[in-house]
Amino acid sequence: MEKRENKTEVIVVGAGPAGISCAITIARAGHKVVLIERGLFAGSKNVFGGAIYTQPTLEIFPNFEQDAPLERVNVEHKYMILGEEDSTTVSYRKNENSSYTVIRAKFDRWAAEEARKAGVILVEETVVRELLQKNGKVVGVKTEIEEYYADIVVLADGVNSLLAKQIGLRKNIKTRDVALSVKEVLKLDKNVINQRFNVSDKQGVIHTIFGGPMLGSLGLGFMYTNEDSVTIGLGVTLNDLVEKNYRPFELLEKLKEHPAISPIIEGATLKEYSAHLIPEGGYNKIPKLSDNGVLIVGDAGMLVNNLHWEGTNLAMISGKIAAETAVKALENNDFSKKMLSHYEKELRNSFVMKDMKTYRNLMDIFHQRQQAFLSYYLKKINAFFEMFTSVNSVPKRENYWKFIKSIFTDRKISELFKDIWALIRLVWSILI
Amino acid sequence: MNVDKKLYTLKYSPDKESHLTPNQSECKVCKSKCCTYICPAQVYEWDENRKILIVNFENCLECGACRIACERNCLEWQYPKGTKGVTFKQG
Repeated sequence: MEKRENKTEVIVVGAGPAGISCAITIARAGHKVVLIERGLFAGSKNVFGGAIYTQPTLEIFPNFEQDAPLERVNVEHKYMILGEEDSTTVSYRKNENSSYTVIRAKFDRWAAEEARKAGVILVEETVVRELLQKNGKVVGVKTEIEEYYADIVVLADGVNSLLAKQIGLRKNIKTRDVALSVKEVLKLDKNVINQRFNVSDKQGVIHTIFGGPMLGSLGLGFMYTNEDSVTIGLGVTLNDLVEKNYRPFELLEKLKEHPAISPIIEGATLKEYSAHLIPEGGYNKIPKLSDNGVLIVGDAGMLVNNLHWEGTNLAMISGKIAAETAVKALENNDFSKKMLSHYEKELRNSFVMKDMKTYRNLMDIFHQRQQAFLSYYLKKINAFFEMFTSVNSVPKRENYWKFIKSIFTDRKISELFKDIWALIRLVWSILI
Repeated sequence: MNVDKKLYTLKYSPDKESHLTPNQSECKVCKSKCCTYICPAQVYEWDENRKILIVNFENCLECGACRIACERNCLEWQYPKGTKGVTFKQG
């Protein structure tokens, strides 16, 4: 029953970066908004790799660099290509503050508190079980205890978004469209981290890890430095885990034992283990993000740029843009599909959808050329450096020609042409 | 390190009843039983003697992988109640 006391202007489901950014933007515009979180507190169910990005975060929280609980500022990004035993690393370093590592249980909680200060009504420990609909319009939510009504409901309920599925905006996800990520936060003395990662206090390093136990799988590893802990984890597309009979935590154990990784984390003790799904379907798997009385933001809308490891920024900005549309709808007292589709239009004009579209073919091409791009060439890069650095009294020219010849004889020559063609298609779709 | 030791680092507030309900008659004919190995918390174990899927739901990390991977599409998957389930302190 719709009564005055259980009706608000906007309900946002899920207090992650998308939901909090949406709610705080609506509250700042002077409207009533209720933010519902299923965990004990905002951040308690949330897991990610490790870094938030400064510029987009500033758009929502201008004070976060002074006030938020931050771990380290990332001054270096290392790309590690692991073979079975060897590795090649490319590294870029610059002392700037473009991203920070954070612990979500601390950061999301702080951000939700900022939202509360801005006037958002934060309701924790509450699961929204279903959306209430009336005449083809979403009119509210049903929690375990009560029904609550709103002019607009924003779904920020994460990668599994059971609510978007309930109203038919999301279809069943396929195993190739998500990655399962497992990670460990390992306690390590602050000074030891500084030494091993070659940084000073408050500075950190991001590692992107190819190959190793993931050779041949569509997956990546990651390592981040926190103040007095190191985060290490990996994400592998779910279809690879299913087809290859992999246990995700066993892959992680193997990664930790790799000769390029194990000395870095030696002596560290496990603080916490966790797991989470990552939307990997890309542009082609983004559902319709608005309908009568409802908007979808963040992971619930599959908004993840997997190549660049961007997720929290797309979540925050999609939440903000959704909020701007919601405010416009409230001012016009119009919550129709047509009015709310303004959100999708604005999203298409922003970097969010432009970037998603740029990489629209990425996942398909990687699925098709998985063995080549994620096993053969990774091993080949290491093989090149093995050859280049070896001192074995064999004339160098012989070594070079042997290596060049191997590229044509390791596999069927048609594979090479398929790779070149895939690369051309990929680069073309990204640039044009 | 085995998975039990990893899970030991987590804070749980387990419910009395499971939020994960497989349709056991489908599980009996499921070929891959992939939930028994893809789950990051090893929630699912196949009991060959009793021919049932054991669900250690209290270890669940609420990731949703089993929901998507289940080849018989026979898993009723819900979030635990608001006060229940896992709490990540280092996510």
